Amino acid sequence: MIKTHKRVSDLHPEEIITPGTGLCAGCGGLEGLRLALKELGKDVVICNAAGCFTLLSVYPFTPLQGSWLYTTMGGPVPAAQGIRDALDVQLKKGKLPSQENLQVLVVAGDGSSNDIGLGPTSAALHRKLDFIYFCYDNEAYGNTGFQLSAASPFGSSTQTSPSTHEHPAGAEKMKKNLFDIWKAQDPTYIATVSPREPIDLSNKFAKAKTMSGPRMFICMSPCPTGWGFDPKDAHVIAKLAVDTGIFPIKEYFEGKVVHTKRPRKRLPVEKFLERQKRFSHLFYPERCEDVISQIQKNVDDYWSHFE
Amino acid sequence: MNKHSKMMLTGNKAAAWGVRLAQVDYVPAFPITPQTEIVETLAQWFSDGTLTGKYTNMDSEHSMFMAAGAAAATGVRVFTASSSQGILHGMEALYTIAGWRVPLVMVNVSRALATPITLEPDHNDVMSTRDCGMVQLHAETCQEVLDFILIGHRIAEHPQVALPVLVNMDGFYLSFTREPVVLPEPSEVARFLPPYKSEQPVFKASQPMARASAVFGGATYSYFKIQQDLAVRQAETVFHEVSEEFAQYFGRNYGPVENFMMDDAEFVFVMSNSFATKGKAAVLELRKQGIKAGLLKLRLIRPFPTQAIADSLLGHHKVAVIDQNLSPGMGGILFPEIVTSLYSRINRPEKFLSVIGGLGGKDILKEDFFSIVEHLRSDKSEGPLFLYNDDDLKQFKKVSHIALAEKGGSES
Repeated sequence: MIKTHKRVSDLHPEEIITPGTGLCAGCGGLEGLRLALKELGKDVVICNAAGCFTLLSVYPFTPLQGSWLYTTMGGPVPAAQGIRDALDVQLKKGKLPSQENLQVLVVAGDGSSNDIGLGPTSAALHRKLDFIYFCYDNEAYGNTGFQLSAASPFGSSTQTSPSTHEHPAGAEKMKKNLFDIWKAQDPTYIATVSPREPIDLSNKFAKAKTMSGPRMFICMSPCPTGWGFDPKDAHVIAKLAVDTGIFPIKEYFEGKVVHTKRPRKRLPVEKFLERQKRFSHLFYPERCEDVISQIQKNVDDYWSHFE
Repeated sequence: MNKHSKMMLTGNKAAAWGVRLAQVDYVPAFPITPQTEIVETLAQWFSDGTLTGKYTNMDSEHSMFMAAGAAAATGVRVFTASSSQGILHGMEALYTIAGWRVPLVMVNVSRALATPITLEPDHNDVMSTRDCGMVQLHAETCQEVLDFILIGHRIAEHPQVALPVLVNMDGFYLSFTREPVVLPEPSEVARFLPPYKSEQPVFKASQPMARASAVFGGATYSYFKIQQDLAVRQAETVFHEVSEEFAQYFGRNYGPVENFMMDDAEFVFVMSNSFATKGKAAVLELRKQGIKAGLLKLRLIRPFPTQAIADSLLGHHKVAVIDQNLSPGMGGILFPEIVTSLYSRINRPEKFLSVIGGLGGKDILKEDFFSIVEHLRSDKSEGPLFLYNDDDLKQFKKVSHIALAEKGGSES
């Protein structure tokens, strides 16, 4: 029986990531990982893909109570495979007591998850690797100064998809659907989570912890430096992403997708867009009505399947 | 199996037997010609219970090396194998896991690199890994392949080394050549190479650790790189110790280099891997004709056995380094390394000749060695000598004529 949390005061008091990391103030992904690790505990080894979270562990300091392995941009999942296999071999041969076992956790950004790391991840899903994948989704290659990734949303401006006279929208492609890409390979569990929904997030990790096989979390990660907002507003931005329906909070389990937090009355998308520098070209010097209404339409079309 | 039992084994099968005798726990694998026979054999043995542990079919060499390194960091004995383009595809991972300072053994079955694509051997694949921080042992025979895997695990797992060890053999010339191979008695191997127990910290619940953390500031980075350099250098001392012990157990004695008819040699060929066998045959042939030839075979390429090479070459005046690789615009990759290792020593050779041969599996003929001797005799200073003759040019012209005729073009 999984104990479910009802209020924030129910969450585990123990911090697996202690304060003092090299990450940016107000990083939504860090808050997501902090909450996740409270559930997973410290018997975890993180296989980290090159990206923002590489700065979590900078020699000689680590804020983690558990273990950490820095890999390559495309390598965290294969590294997780090697660790899982090595633990299994030792457990089977009786060389490792079961209390020494570790949960293998991949931590990767949306860039690695959608692009260079997707092939190896697909292969690990095919092999039914027993691991948890935590993708901090800041919708860009944040670590290189905010470059376009396959997760950058339509209408956002990044350093490599600027809004110009020729290309007013900035990013002109739709965000890749990582949730459905994973779903197509029949994993054990997938969830989207937001640091602004800590109870939902914590309960999902508590649930996933009891399962085995491939389990995936896509964590909405408001990025003050890249998205362009005051770090103290990270929680507001994260909440608006949920309340406008731009970032649906859902899970996939046993063949079904369920929205675990449904915005009662969806706010217009511009409530989310207008507070971020990456969308400012949609409002100034003049309102870019066609792009804004296209973003609204995309959100409406998504929810029309469920409403 | 009897003590000293012999089997006819290909280089690939000999490698698989080395892995079996080493009681390897884990093999992540990805097929590539001409390496496939190694992993096919191991897949069978892991599947039927001959080997206990785990064999995982991976999705690429990059993934394979990451899995291999991560498993080694988690406390099991690891083996894997690759070749050619696979090595290049996994290169980022090779640098990464060598930097993790984890012990494992990998075999590279040498094969030339694209473009053009081919299946046949030369050493550009293995030479591309020269600077990534692995120990490299190069095998001439199927016996050396098997023995180097056992010795390789001992070096890799030595606490003062803790590095991946690469064992190289030539594709086709060795991978698919059957030779009689002495199979060491398993109980003796178990004494020489006991079941794996890591002397390094490994991932487990009671021992949280951050491995391969980022560093900022060149000082810390330099420190780690210097440590890596020292570890690779230390592998030479460890190689000597392990080799001596190996000789006591199994009677085969391996130095970092092998001297063949070197004592009074006037003309010396420096070679490595299976083509050294051709070189030795040529030396015997030259000797029959009264030409005092000798051969220096390199077994250890990283660390580069500078002192052993100097001990062998000093006092010999005409030296040809035959590289089966090419750094376009420069020449052979080992040639400058040999020259550098002797540059500051007195009584160094008067003439060094860089020779490039055996590219893409092109045979090195007996006549080629005679020709090298002629070039060594000459007083001229010359750039790299390509072992490429009129017959080869004729062959090339023939195929290009066909290609052009098909397109309706004309030969220029």
